[in-house]
Parts: sequence; C-alpha cells; structure tokens
Amino acid sequence: MRVYDLPDAKGHFGPYGGVFVSETLISALEDLKAAYARFKDDPTFKAEFAYELKHYVGRPSPIYHARRWSEHFGGAQVYLKREDLNHTGAHKINNVIGQALLARHLGKPRVIAETGAGQHGVAAATIAARYGMECVVYMGSEDVKRQAQNVYRMKLLGATVVPVESGSKTLKDALNEAMRDWVTNVEDTFYIIGTVAGPHPYPMMVRDFQSVIGLEAREQMPEMTGRQPDAVLACVGGGSNAIGIFHPYIEYENVRLIGVEAAGHGLETGKHSATLCAGRSGVLHGNRTYLLQDDNGQIIETHSISAGLDYPGVGPEHAWLKDIGRAEYVAVTDDEALEAFHKLCRLEGIIPALESSHALAYAAKLAPHMRKDQILLVNLSGRGDKDMHTVAEKSGLKF
Amino acid sequence: MSRIAARFDKLRKEGRKALIPFFTAGDPDRASCVPLMHALVAGGADVIELGVPFSDPMADGPVIQRSSERALLHGVSLHDVINWVAEFRKTDNETPVVLMGYANPVESMGLEAFAKVAKAAGVDGALVVDYPPEEAETLVGTLDRAGLDTVFLISPTTSDARLKQVAALGRGYLYYVSLKGVTGAANIDIADVSRRLEHIRTYTRLPVGVGFGIRDGKTAHAIAQVADAVVIGSRLVQEIEAAPADAAVKVRAFMADIRTAMDASKKK
Repeated sequence: MRVYDLPDAKGHFGPYGGVFVSETLISALEDLKAAYARFKDDPTFKAEFAYELKHYVGRPSPIYHARRWSEHFGGAQVYLKREDLNHTGAHKINNVIGQALLARHLGKPRVIAETGAGQHGVAAATIAARYGMECVVYMGSEDVKRQAQNVYRMKLLGATVVPVESGSKTLKDALNEAMRDWVTNVEDTFYIIGTVAGPHPYPMMVRDFQSVIGLEAREQMPEMTGRQPDAVLACVGGGSNAIGIFHPYIEYENVRLIGVEAAGHGLETGKHSATLCAGRSGVLHGNRTYLLQDDNGQIIETHSISAGLDYPGVGPEHAWLKDIGRAEYVAVTDDEALEAFHKLCRLEGIIPALESSHALAYAAKLAPHMRKDQILLVNLSGRGDKDMHTVAEKSGLKF
Repeated sequence: MSRIAARFDKLRKEGRKALIPFFTAGDPDRASCVPLMHALVAGGADVIELGVPFSDPMADGPVIQRSSERALLHGVSLHDVINWVAEFRKTDNETPVVLMGYANPVESMGLEAFAKVAKAAGVDGALVVDYPPEEAETLVGTLDRAGLDTVFLISPTTSDARLKQVAALGRGYLYYVSLKGVTGAANIDIADVSRRLEHIRTYTRLPVGVGFGIRDGKTAHAIAQVADAVVIGSRLVQEIEAAPADAAVKVRAFMADIRTAMDASKKK
C-alpha cells in the first residue's frame, strides 16, 4: 500500500470528514487545529502524555493469549489487547488525557464532554479531577436513567452531569448540546470529544491519541508470537478504539482489519446501530460520514444492547477505509455479543465490556474456520463491570 | 433580477431596511405554514427565511430546537417545505423566500435535485447552516446554475481571510450573527455590531442582515440604523409556540410592531 497520510489539510478522508459546522464554531476549530499542530510534536507535550499514560493509566496494556477460548474453537489463536486494564476501565482515557493536556496548555480551566454509556464522561471527570479543572458532562436523559452508576461515579469525581432532554435524549443529542455549550463558552472551555467523529481536527486528533493501542500491539505481537496477526478486530460505535488499533496497521497489507458493528436485534429488524453496514453518506456532527437516516435525511434512533455502540454516525476515517476496501465492516447481534461475553467470563476469567463483546463475537465466528497457526488480535476495549445490570436483566435477574 | 436583489433594490430606493422573519415550516402544524407566510408578509416582512426542520439542529437554541421537533412530529420533510413555497407562490410572486436548514436533508435529496425542485417551486435561495464556505463550493455552483442564491453566515469571530471567502461565494445577502452562541441567546451590543458591519462592508457590496438577539421594536430599530436587514427568528417562534391556534394573528401583529419601529428609523 502507498503511504497513508490522511486526512488532508482540510480534514478530509476522501469525501468524508471535513468541517461541517456553523460559522460561529469555525474560529474555535481553527484555534484548536493550530494548537494541536503546535503541540503534537512538541517534546514537552509528548513527554507529559507518555508519563501520564505510563504512570496514571498503567500503559502499556498487555496482550494476552486467550488459550482456553482458542482451544474451544479448535482454530485460530486469539490474542486480546487488554485496554480493559486501563485506569477507568477502557480505552477512553488515552484520548481524554491527550485532550486535557492540550486544554491545560491552552489555559482553559473548564472542560466539557458528551457521553452515552458514561465511560467517556467518567474518563473526562477523572482527568478533570486529576488536573483541577471544572468539568461538565452532557448526557441524554434516557442514558442518565439507564446508567445511574456512571452518573454517580462522575459526580463523585466532582463533575456536573447535565441531562439532555432534546431529540431522542441519547448520545447524539448530548453531542449537540455539548457543541452548543462550546460555541457559547469557547473562551474558557475546551470540548473533549470522546470518539473519532466531529469536525476536523477531532477525528484526526482523537485517532492520534488512541493510536498508542496499535503502536504498542505492533511491537508486542512479534515479541509474543514472532509475527503480526492475520487479522485485527475491534468493535465500532463512533470507532475510536478501532481506529486506535487499526491505524498503525493500515500500511501492513497482510493484516486484515475488521470492524464489528452492533446489529442489535438484527439488521433486518431496523433496530440496530450498524452504520457502516446499513447506512449511507450524509452530514452530522460536523463531518461527512455514513449515517443511519430516513429517506428525508433525518437521523434515526438506533439500538444496541451496548450503549457505547448506540450511535447513528461513525468516524469519517472508517467510512473511507470501508470505501477503499482497506478495512471490512461486519455486524453481530445483541445475542451473539452476549454469548461471547459469557464465554470469555467462563473460559478466561475476564469480564469484557458489552461493546468489546461484539468484536469477541466476530472472532468466535472466524476462528473455527482458520488454521491453528493463524492469529486473531481482538481489541478488548473495556471491562464489563459497568454492564452487570444489563447482563443480569437479560438473564432474568434483578439486583 | 432575482426576487432578493429586486427587493433590496426597492428598499434601498425607498430608504427602508429589510425585515426578515424566520420560522420553522410545519410548526405548529402542517396546515399553518402557508397562512403563516402570508401573515408575515401582511405584517411587513420583506424576505421570509423558512426553516427546514432537522433532527439534530446543532446550531440552534432551545426555542428553535423545539419548533423543529414539533414539525418533525408532523413528519415534515424538505419536499413538504418546497411544496408549501409553491403553494405560497400562487398568491405571492414577489416576496423572496430563503430556505434555512442543515446539510443532511439537502444532501439526502441530492444537491442537483434540490436546486431543480426548489427553483421550480419559487424558492429564491438557501442558507445551509453547516456548510461553511470551505465545504460549500459545490453547493454554490449548483445553486448558481439553477439561479438560486446561497446565503452565508458571518460571525463576530470570522477572520478577514474568511470574510474574503464568504464575500466571494455569498449571493443575495449576508447574514451577520451578532452574538456568539446558539440562536435565541441574550443581549446585543449595537455599537459593536455597527463597527463590525463597517468592516464587513469593506469586503462586500451585498446587503448585510443582522440576527441573533433581536427581540423587540427597540432593538430592531437600533439595528435598522446600521444594517441592511433585521432578522428575527427565536422571538417570532416563541409567539407561535405560545399561541399555536392563533399563530397567524399573533405573528402578523408582532411583525407589524417591528415594522413600525424600524420604519421610524427611515433615513431622511
């Protein structure tokens, strides 16, 4: 493959990405772009980022050979990139630290964030506590109800959680509201977006911060197995954990990249969040990308058992990787994800997040058809502690 | 000459300023759109900015968000809005109508198709909020070929380099957003607006309208002293929200008050 150096200067990945925002937000984004360009290669900034990742997050995250699970398939060997072992329990913290450091260098005392399941909100609240910043988290009022524990966690950390009552009262509406806050308070406020979506430079910046996952894996895999994996799998909602592990592998043409979306009740039912598998191109939240929308271009409500995948858009770089055929995108249902969730608990003693369980479920489909010397690397993007309620309810239990 | 240019021309000769109301098509209900447009004209509107509802109105404050949600509850689509303009045109062939909304419904219809049906219906221009000039060249080209104006926003934070870009791409008139933040926000600083307009006019000969924060006759009067047009959105939508059954009467009276206040500032 030729050198891959997207996005272009205006934030485009082919026809996707870009800056589709109202004039009122342009100067804030231009300032952010300039700030990121100034700091991203700055030795002090890089050293601070590396220090935090090592001593606060606990990086590098290990790679673990899931031997019993692999034996169970009788095919490919499955390895897990253990982002679940990070401080706060998921990959989200990598990006939040990068952006919070940037906020600090820009002298912005207030950070805001949007959150769906609450993982990004918790990460933002955590880092705001660590740096002594004011933190406001926007969360759809439906999600506030569904994720009471994470709401409390954010409050414990000193953040203010604002329930959003507009639209479908979920993640996309929280993002709209955070943007409105940002445009009004841009002088003292830094908006920490949680995924590789939004207007340029966010998709690029978040990708760069999350690429630590793939950069580590690229070193770790040859050390452990003598070579790179045959395929890398990750779940895709907005797509930040996936782009984080995919990006350093894009130029490794022999490594298949497989993004796994949430098929919810099944693609045919319409109740899913499989944007790349079932959506079409459009403009939302500041970028052009695949969207789940109706015939009139209105964004439709999505479904997934995992709140973190429940989003009607997807990062523009994924849209491009799909179109050029460099990455494949598939979808697994709620039930398939749950089955993989239980299997990993029982066979490996690891409780995965429901989001990550989607990637595990697709590995479970592939592995039996592969040779025993072949290798799958799955990004275990988060731990499942937050999902106890959902899983218990599915099993007919109540706490 | 386009309806927009003709209207600004006429106003200039009369020494008056344009009054541009905004409301969301299909709010409070589908049947009210065309009557509301006529009521606005009867109250003294010069150009109508007709809002196309969108599920995710990121640049709007709560008032316009709610109006968009109400319209979507009635299933209002971009096609509906264009059809209502055609209906309006049956009895009003002079008042310019600009569709204002977000990119996705337009992209979903397709730019070419949109330009064609909008022109045929008697639409005069479009303001796509989330198409800044950087992303709007295709739109402007397409609308130009169809004979439609592309209206752009300018904000207090727009740099000179971008003012140049907006001036090159903008058609019909420019819309200066007088405040930071979303639609429906608070107070307006007249002296500051006046300075900014002077600066903007060194880049363009297009008429410049001012919106965001204009709530009553007094602010409209003050803005009419310095701008070519006064845009009123959220405050008007509040009238509709407060009295949905009576909206046409209310908006006509509200417009007439603003009109009177503005014309009291007519240049000697």
